[in-house]
Amino acid sequence: MQLGDNISFAFPEIWLAISAMALLMIGVFIDSKYHRFISFGAIFSIFVALFLVNFGTASENASLFNGAFVTDGFGQFSKSVIYVAAIFAIILSDRFMERERLARFEYPVLILLSVLGMSLMVASTDLISVYMGIELQSLALYILATFNRDSRRSTEAGLKYFVLGALSSGLMLYGMSLIYGFTGATTFEAIAAGADEANRIGLIFGMVFLISGLSFKVSAAPFHMWTPDVYEGSPTPVTAFFAAAPKFAAMAIFARVLVEAFPAATDALSDWQQVIVLVSILSMVVGAFSAIAQKNIKRLMAYSSIGHMGYALMGLAAGTSQGISSVLVYMTIYLIMTIGTFACILMMRRPEGMAENISDLSGLSQTRPGLAIMFSALMFSLAGIPIFLGFFAKLYVFMAAVNAGLFVLVVVGALSSVIATYYYLRVVKIIWMDEPAPEFERDAGPGVKGVAILSTVLIVAGIVVIMPFLNIAAEAAAATLF
Amino acid sequence: MEPFVVLLPLFGALLAMPIGRMVSARAAELTTIAFVLMACLIAWVLFFDVAVGHNARTIQLFTWIGSGNFIADWAVKLDTMSVIMLVVITSVSSLVHIYSVGYMHDDASRPRFFAYLSLFTFAMLTLVTADNFIQLFFGWEGVGLASYLLIGFYHHKKSANDAAIKAFVVNRVGDFGFALGIMAIFFIFGSVGFEEVFQAVRTDAVVTPFNAADGAPISELTVGFLGLELHALTLIGILLFIGAMGKSAQFFLHTWLPDAMEGPTPVSALIHAATMVTAGVFLVCRCSIIYENAPDAATLVTFIGATTAFFAATVGLLQDDIKKVIAYSTCSQLGYMFFAAGVGSYGAAMFHLFTHAFFKALLFLGAGSVIHAVHHEQDMKKMGGVRHILPFTYAMMIIGTIAITGVGFPFLYDIFHFPVGTAGFASKDAIIEAAYAAGTEGRTGAYYAFAMGLIAAVFTSFYSWRLIFLTFHGKSRAPDHVMKHPHFPPNWMLLPLAVLAFGALFAGMLGYKSFVGDKAASFWGNSIYIAGDAHAGGESHAVEAYAAEATPPVEGDHAETPAIASAEDPAGAAHDEAEEHTEGYGEEGEGHHFPLWVLYAPLLAMLIGFGTAFAHYMRGSDPLRPGLLREGGILYSFLKNKWYVDEVYRFLFLNPSRRLGRILWKIGDGRIIDGLGPDGLSGLAGFGSRLIVRLQSGYIYHYAFAMLVGIGVILLIVRLGGAQ
Repeated sequence: MQLGDNISFAFPEIWLAISAMALLMIGVFIDSKYHRFISFGAIFSIFVALFLVNFGTASENASLFNGAFVTDGFGQFSKSVIYVAAIFAIILSDRFMERERLARFEYPVLILLSVLGMSLMVASTDLISVYMGIELQSLALYILATFNRDSRRSTEAGLKYFVLGALSSGLMLYGMSLIYGFTGATTFEAIAAGADEANRIGLIFGMVFLISGLSFKVSAAPFHMWTPDVYEGSPTPVTAFFAAAPKFAAMAIFARVLVEAFPAATDALSDWQQVIVLVSILSMVVGAFSAIAQKNIKRLMAYSSIGHMGYALMGLAAGTSQGISSVLVYMTIYLIMTIGTFACILMMRRPEGMAENISDLSGLSQTRPGLAIMFSALMFSLAGIPIFLGFFAKLYVFMAAVNAGLFVLVVVGALSSVIATYYYLRVVKIIWMDEPAPEFERDAGPGVKGVAILSTVLIVAGIVVIMPFLNIAAEAAAATLF
Repeated sequence: MEPFVVLLPLFGALLAMPIGRMVSARAAELTTIAFVLMACLIAWVLFFDVAVGHNARTIQLFTWIGSGNFIADWAVKLDTMSVIMLVVITSVSSLVHIYSVGYMHDDASRPRFFAYLSLFTFAMLTLVTADNFIQLFFGWEGVGLASYLLIGFYHHKKSANDAAIKAFVVNRVGDFGFALGIMAIFFIFGSVGFEEVFQAVRTDAVVTPFNAADGAPISELTVGFLGLELHALTLIGILLFIGAMGKSAQFFLHTWLPDAMEGPTPVSALIHAATMVTAGVFLVCRCSIIYENAPDAATLVTFIGATTAFFAATVGLLQDDIKKVIAYSTCSQLGYMFFAAGVGSYGAAMFHLFTHAFFKALLFLGAGSVIHAVHHEQDMKKMGGVRHILPFTYAMMIIGTIAITGVGFPFLYDIFHFPVGTAGFASKDAIIEAAYAAGTEGRTGAYYAFAMGLIAAVFTSFYSWRLIFLTFHGKSRAPDHVMKHPHFPPNWMLLPLAVLAFGALFAGMLGYKSFVGDKAASFWGNSIYIAGDAHAGGESHAVEAYAAEATPPVEGDHAETPAIASAEDPAGAAHDEAEEHTEGYGEEGEGHHFPLWVLYAPLLAMLIGFGTAFAHYMRGSDPLRPGLLREGGILYSFLKNKWYVDEVYRFLFLNPSRRLGRILWKIGDGRIIDGLGPDGLSGLAGFGSRLIVRLQSGYIYHYAFAMLVGIGVILLIVRLGGAQ
């Protein structure tokens, strides 16, 4: 196969790389007051990538670069979701960055670069390209976390993220080297083929380190400790981005690595399944218990995301096609909920600055009924209360886990979701029953409002609007891994 | 047409509130009155059609519950028994509706009152037209609900609310027995329909209870209950009677009735005198065939009834509240009805139920008129001399009193062949004579009932006349402004009194022959068990009589009997033929020959009571200080405190259950369930939360350490797991 033939399958990534660099150059030369132009450019460029992924050559199945990069249904689905999430992240930043005097052209460029990293990551079928993708996105994210460089909290968050991220990268690399050492291969296919009883223990060690590194990226317990601090310290649109696209990308590559490199056929499933079960249980429990004591809404969302990652991992632990499909459904729905929630959080602005405490929501139903309804619907959905989309997300992972015989996991999941319901409902209670706090400003901008309304509508009407399509798409995507 | 007799009051009940709100309270009153009057008209038409024309029938409306054998229909069962009740209920209800227009004229929530009244009427009609125990139970609970709502009608008064709750709770005790009885019936007979159950008892059919391997004839069948092996019919009879005791305020479960006087007076007249409290008597009479085949249960009925008749009469002697006197009187009269049923004279029980409805409603409504006139004062100590203000009411009350005390002329019987006297005279004497007759036949408890009935008659006369003397005679003890400006009763209130007074005077003489006299057998059809020669191998006769239902009554030695009833009513014919062998009670010179003293004893009892009351309250210098029953005596406080029944209950049931409730609440629910459950778990969640959050120190090296520990633990677990 000629290089020219190969390259067309990677057009979305190549396009993203080129446009990121081009926008960077343009940004340097134009006046900083035209920063919005860069934002529009970035959105446009992601749109083009989205188009390429779904309608160009990239939508066909192919394996290129000696098995390091693949285009398949799973990658296509993941990339589409990541691109859309990135677009929303840029839209959410619009008004906020101006008001916080953070409006700089680097923001959309960095998002583009991290999207490129994620895009590569989810399409990787080789440990080296996985690592490259992860690092590319992570480096962009470290910078994004410190984007408000004059704020101590933001820089601290970025630094913590960077140091711990480096540690996790080290762990992951160590695991990869072990795997390479025991199988002599870096592509998933070869690793699966090279596994046998003799090198099993070595592989397990390598796998555990690899899983640890990936768990860090999805912020699953016990590798979750960075999450609350980084979520709280980063500028809110950045947090929204953190909570959405990178989580999805990391979860996608998590699934791909485990299913393709350690398939059920080689008995490796039982080895990684127990690790994932453990991580899943820890995440759900930590997410449920820690969030109860939180006063800051962003920290609450951090713990909430830890818990949600636990549920998503429940589907992964099933290890079946149904399980992977349920992970994709779960993560997509989680993305909608979390972007919607952060859109609402971005509307919590008072003249003196952003309000981030849960108590600031007191009596929101009286001052801003529309916002209160959206907030409440999102909280109900995050808690997994029926008819809201979040319920179906949980339903699918529970079903997958039950079918895989993981009953303990399901019971723990159900119990921790009961506990988690408490803090979501507490927010609703504060919104509807407490005495009103001073009103928020109303100029969040059309972008933020639009995103909030759109995600609320999807959450409420999702059962008819997106559930049928999402299910079919996720099943098709998951099927390509097996 | 038939269903409407039941449904019309329901329509009235449903419409009263909307009309009251949209048009006016008066419109709501007139609407409900119109509906009830229509129902009353239909009821009378049905009465002549069914009871006089012998056209008993059951109209099935639809199946309410159908689950395997368990079938309960909505039906309108029309036989003599139910049409008598229909007539009594709708007539008294109509009169009370009309009366209430006057009595309640200054109340703010009149539409609600009339809605409740009509609702009650509907529920009571459902009860009496049931053709199965489930519909009966529906009506039973429905009247209980209406009674609760009406007792607590003045819901701003704590005493009214307490009384309403007491009525409800005490009735629950009875209803529990009743429900168990229905379950026992279904368990034993596999059906809750009257016809199926009664037919099985009549024919002594072989029945197989649910868990039994093989059946036995119902007369010999025993079932296990509370570890005892009991005669099935006796068990059913006792359980049903417990229900009847609650609803009809019999001794042990009577405590709610006097308190129920907290309700408005028309309610007391309708519900707590004329209709609802007689539902127990109705139940026992409806199930007469069961009691006739369960002598022990019948004895219990006799004993409780007679005791109540005596007990309530003694308590009535000393009550100062005019309504409570009448309430205890009601309780006592219900006792008469029960022991009449207990000694096997169901016709006499129903007869007394019928006449009692008139004179007791009259007394209550008359008392209401007095209460209304003296500005809602109920204490007789603060009345006196009211006859000058309310001459018409006074006359009506006198009629009511001579009716309840049983004024009549026994010696005229030979001339007219029916008792000449007031309604109470005819029915009460029939009961007392029936008890004596049953005694002569050796029926257990009948002589006890006879004695109690006579003594109670003395007391009845005493407290009834005491009420008249204290209220209407003597000098006024009311405050001046009351006597100067009494509220004169409007015609709305006086008209019903006149109608009821007519009934109180003549109902006994008009109904005697049909209810208990020589026409009884054809009158009742097979709606109740007619004594016949039940005590002398009567069961086989009953079987024979009902076997004749299947085939025309031309077989064997019955053939020559002149059939009074038409071919549609062969059972009636068979009864008539039975009648020829043994005549009804109290008919001198024909069936039983009573000693003369038995015939005159009730009248004598009445005279003794009257004389004593007259001596005490008319001749004495101060009517409030009578010679006997002086304040301070042992007897006085014993009676004044109603035999300390309430106090005993408080000590035996209320206080222990309140203590038990406190323990279960504070320790059982509060500490154990909440402590280990909601509070404990949420406390645990909070504790866990604080623990985990404390790990979140903010230091990078802590976080890194946690990651490494995590890896170590995971590796350890995987190794342990992988080693297997």
